Amino acid sequence: MADGVSAGKGKGGPEGRPLSPHLQIWRWHATMLTSILHRATGVALYGGALLFSLWLVSIALGPQAYALSSALIGTVIGQIILWAVVFSVSFHILSGLRHLVWDMGAGFNPKLSSLFSNLIIIGAVLLTAGIWFWSISASAPASLLQGMPIQ
Amino acid sequence: MSRSKNTIRAPLAKVRGLGSAKEGTGHFITQRVSAIGLFILLPWLICSLIMSRVQFGWEHAAVWLNAPWNAVPAALFVIAAFTHMRVGMQVVIEDYIQKSGTRLLLLVLNTFVALAGAVSALFAIFRVFSWV
Repeated sequence: MADGVSAGKGKGGPEGRPLSPHLQIWRWHATMLTSILHRATGVALYGGALLFSLWLVSIALGPQAYALSSALIGTVIGQIILWAVVFSVSFHILSGLRHLVWDMGAGFNPKLSSLFSNLIIIGAVLLTAGIWFWSISASAPASLLQGMPIQ
Repeated sequence: MSRSKNTIRAPLAKVRGLGSAKEGTGHFITQRVSAIGLFILLPWLICSLIMSRVQFGWEHAAVWLNAPWNAVPAALFVIAAFTHMRVGMQVVIEDYIQKSGTRLLLLVLNTFVALAGAVSALFAIFRVFSWV
């Protein structure tokens, strides 16, 4: 019963085989959430990669263009997008690691899958928080030492 | 359809010339190999960007990207990331878009956008790298 595959058992379908689960009677699972999030973060990172590409171009265009891109990243919306991308990276890389394990045919045990799904979600949040904390602690001393914004 | 429905083998005439192109696993492998590359390159990129303080202005960013030991991994990252995301988005489009015209359009667009993003990024990296 723990796995969703047996949900429709004995209820129909030829020869008593389980029916494909219906979207509306499907109970939420951690594995389902990570599956959806893996796709969603992947699609989000498509945009993130294009923004990274634009950021690299802004370096090549020179100080003015870079000041503009920095200012855009500094806005509230820019910060939301930046940290959404960092979270997406964190989640997608952890979930992707599990996908590679799955590809080798290991780790399909329902209990283990649920456990790792929860760990991946928690890990992604912690990783994002860690990167955020590191980025501010790495940037704080320099600005304090110089007493003003750099340059 | 007078043939017995228990037939497993199709008549030779039906399958001749319609067999496998022997490229069925190509995208699958590409997706995994680029993923393995990104497992190395993405943590490097995040660490490198934070440690080089690129948020403090253009000079920090330019110094970072001008160094060969940053420019080469950055270029490798761009190639791996855009390869990975192109194949990934192709799977998403094939899964969710059922109208064949729209699907074809989006698949072509996906290729163009991914290539445009990758080439722009690579050109920017080369441009900064060429500043001595």
